Amino acid sequence: MPELNAKIPSGPLKDKWTQHKAHIKLVNPANKHKYNIIVVGTGLAGGSAAATLAELGYNVQVFCFQDSPRRAHSIAAQGGINASKNYPNDGDSIYRLFYDTIKGGDFRSREANVYRLAEVSGNIIDQCVAQGVPFAREYAGYLDNRSFGGAQVSRTFYARGQTGQQLLLGAYSALMKEVNKGSVKMFPRTEMLELVVVDGVARGIVTRNLVTGDIETHAADAVVLATGGYANVFHLSTNAKGANVTAIWRAHKKGAFMANPCYTQIHPTCIPVHGDYQSKLTLMSESLRNDGRVWVPKKPQDKRNPRDIPEEERDYYLERKYPSFGNLVPRDLASRNAKEVCDEGRGVGPTGQAVYLDFADALKRSGKAVLAERYGNLFDMYEKITGSNPYDEPMMIYPAAHYTMGGLWVDYNLMSNLPGLFVIGEANFSDHGANRLGASALMQGLADGYFILPYTIGDYLAGVKAGKATTDIPEFKEAEKYAKEKINRLLTIRGKRTVDEFHRELGLLMWNQCGMARDEKGLKEALSRIFEIRNEFWQNVDVPGSGTDLNQSLERAGRVADFLEFAETMVYDALHRKESCGGHFREEFQTPEGEALRNDNHFCYVAAWEFNGVGKEPVLHKEPLDFEEVHLAQRNYK
Amino acid sequence: MSKINLTLKVWRQKNGREKGGFETYTAKDIDTDMSFLEMLDVVNEQLTHEGKEPIAFDHDCREGVCGMCGAVINGQAHGPLKGTTLCQLHMRNFRNGETLVIEPWRSRGFPILKDLVVDRSAFDRIIAAGGYISVKTGQAPDAHAVPVRKEDSDTAFDAAACIGCGACVAACPNASAMLFTAAKVSHLSHLPQGQVEAPERVIKMVEQMDKERFGNCSNEYECEAACPKEISVEHIARMNSEYRQAKWKAKH
Repeated sequence: MPELNAKIPSGPLKDKWTQHKAHIKLVNPANKHKYNIIVVGTGLAGGSAAATLAELGYNVQVFCFQDSPRRAHSIAAQGGINASKNYPNDGDSIYRLFYDTIKGGDFRSREANVYRLAEVSGNIIDQCVAQGVPFAREYAGYLDNRSFGGAQVSRTFYARGQTGQQLLLGAYSALMKEVNKGSVKMFPRTEMLELVVVDGVARGIVTRNLVTGDIETHAADAVVLATGGYANVFHLSTNAKGANVTAIWRAHKKGAFMANPCYTQIHPTCIPVHGDYQSKLTLMSESLRNDGRVWVPKKPQDKRNPRDIPEEERDYYLERKYPSFGNLVPRDLASRNAKEVCDEGRGVGPTGQAVYLDFADALKRSGKAVLAERYGNLFDMYEKITGSNPYDEPMMIYPAAHYTMGGLWVDYNLMSNLPGLFVIGEANFSDHGANRLGASALMQGLADGYFILPYTIGDYLAGVKAGKATTDIPEFKEAEKYAKEKINRLLTIRGKRTVDEFHRELGLLMWNQCGMARDEKGLKEALSRIFEIRNEFWQNVDVPGSGTDLNQSLERAGRVADFLEFAETMVYDALHRKESCGGHFREEFQTPEGEALRNDNHFCYVAAWEFNGVGKEPVLHKEPLDFEEVHLAQRNYK
Repeated sequence: MSKINLTLKVWRQKNGREKGGFETYTAKDIDTDMSFLEMLDVVNEQLTHEGKEPIAFDHDCREGVCGMCGAVINGQAHGPLKGTTLCQLHMRNFRNGETLVIEPWRSRGFPILKDLVVDRSAFDRIIAAGGYISVKTGQAPDAHAVPVRKEDSDTAFDAAACIGCGACVAACPNASAMLFTAAKVSHLSHLPQGQVEAPERVIKMVEQMDKERFGNCSNEYECEAACPKEISVEHIARMNSEYRQAKWKAKH
């Protein structure tokens, strides 16, 4: 197999992006309107990309399954967005943000991509402020910063606990400005079902209008997927209910490589599971770990009220094990340690699957008003959901599936191995390695959309003859026919189990066997169980209603069908990676202290999988990761 | 944790063309820790097993911020709890044996698509008319070039917290979209960056709002009471004053 070429520019790390921008091809401003670009997804990445491409003069068509582009799941991001502005004067720099991100990702990401991300991080804050994003400010009128996991500087900009909402509304407003000008055509309540590939080149998509059920085809000179992550493969996750793998999975089936799908992030601070009807897990922002202290009782099965447990009988295990980062260790470490203490029988709450996040000391130190200013909306949300008041009692938290570092493989230009198919934001695999640091997802989504893709897509389009996009070719008819047949098949099974029942079964299996900790035996069992669940799905699922109107069961059925195929690829990836790194923890590979044990000699590469048929082991392609700037080291947060 | 039984009277309507009506269902053994939408999930699973079509309702993030969910429960948009979206309303707020009447948002501006699902694209068109600062990517100066008074920034945030759910319209006897529109006008005009286009913005957004056939404001304050983000009607007052000034400026 030929090695994948990531097309990383030559030259010193700090000059790569500048040099690349100076030398890539450009599309003449007068010709830009002749190029059609499809953008699927309107989160931070898709929204910002679509707006910026339209500003540049391209003809842009934008699709989202929600009723409005303003609702994409980026909106739920709470804590903040990183940028190496060094406004607090605490020693931050582009290099430090780059290094923290590489190290946080457990040395499994591309140096050049991560450096570029750190380089443009400051521009993002400038852009958002200019759009009217109301970031938190100090009394002097300047922006406030806070710290986040995996960093020892305060570089996180925030807007109360709703940073994602405010950034997304900024991108949405930029997008609507272009809709108003007529340079963007918006297709809400429309789901992408197929990618159309002609002679190996991405040429368009097939969609379903979720209100009328109409199957439609759209041609373009380039297709941009910004469709988010696949954490809902676990059924219970912090993702929105509609978040799905469908767009990237169907592109994968048409030839796009899926990279590192086993790198999934389990967020340490979520409200624990409390019933089998549960539809989602709610995240409590990582920023809470700035002031909250994580602890469990020292004794197993200690059922006393937390306030009756004296200080000396509590184990502040993160502070004990990692004195220099304390409660602000990266997410993978915080999650795994929570699992460990619960496995030892020291978990709290009715299920024993929870740990305390206690604000008593911070309340004493700073007072209720200050905490309310920082976290008021999070505390209120916690109380609404659980009925318990975190000002009086410690919160109970437990890890939950939250973000997926894996995704479609892209080169330095954010283009997949299929020419014309670009993938941005969480949907690609690019910048976070095996673990993402807090407040970096918003940064990556907006970096890709505002400041990277708009340049790199021009380099591709400059080599494409404009105005050739047409749906009037057999490949579109075939893809349309295939999409229709799949819908008909789902509607005619009329079995005995609901779509949600299958999703729950798959999710629990993936959580237990391919979640926070994995081993060979469990992964092999998972492979055979996924096969069985998928087979039963296609014989026994009941999808009521018709295909010619709004049918939410049908929408879910299509997405769960894709999760049932995708899950296998994720497990194959986890099985093949015989090392532990970041969010991928293989029980067999750990240090004597129980930390992730990487194997740099054998696994210092991106695993990019080529589709080889449903149920068949995909074909592995490797992109070696060369570290020129940083020295590979065992992560140390002690 | 305890269990309750409820009677639900739910608006069912096949699509925008056909007439709808109420259907009665029982929701049995509902765990009081469930959210309202999880209760509807349970009912929908039951309907599917009975061979009936489940109730269509919009939802996505289920943590109160995407603005996708919403229904009128016993005459109250998003139900009885103040400052709460339907997805964050938990069943511990209801009593065993209660009957709940569940309806979609009702307004000329929000045509019903199916059951509890309505078309809120009018809101997108109001934003498209001017609800932004027309800065292009790359034009921004350093974020610290313009300090913003904390008070102004905080007030701008209070308005910017709008999730665009439409409860304000559903709660208003005139189905007015003033609170939604004012929230955006006021968010942007409280910031120095938003001042440049403020007069044109308010005129264009108000004109679009009127075109969408939303009603007028008659100071009922129902919008503020129903708003899950508790956005104040003071923003409406600000919009009205900005509108008058902008119109006067345009004439003189």
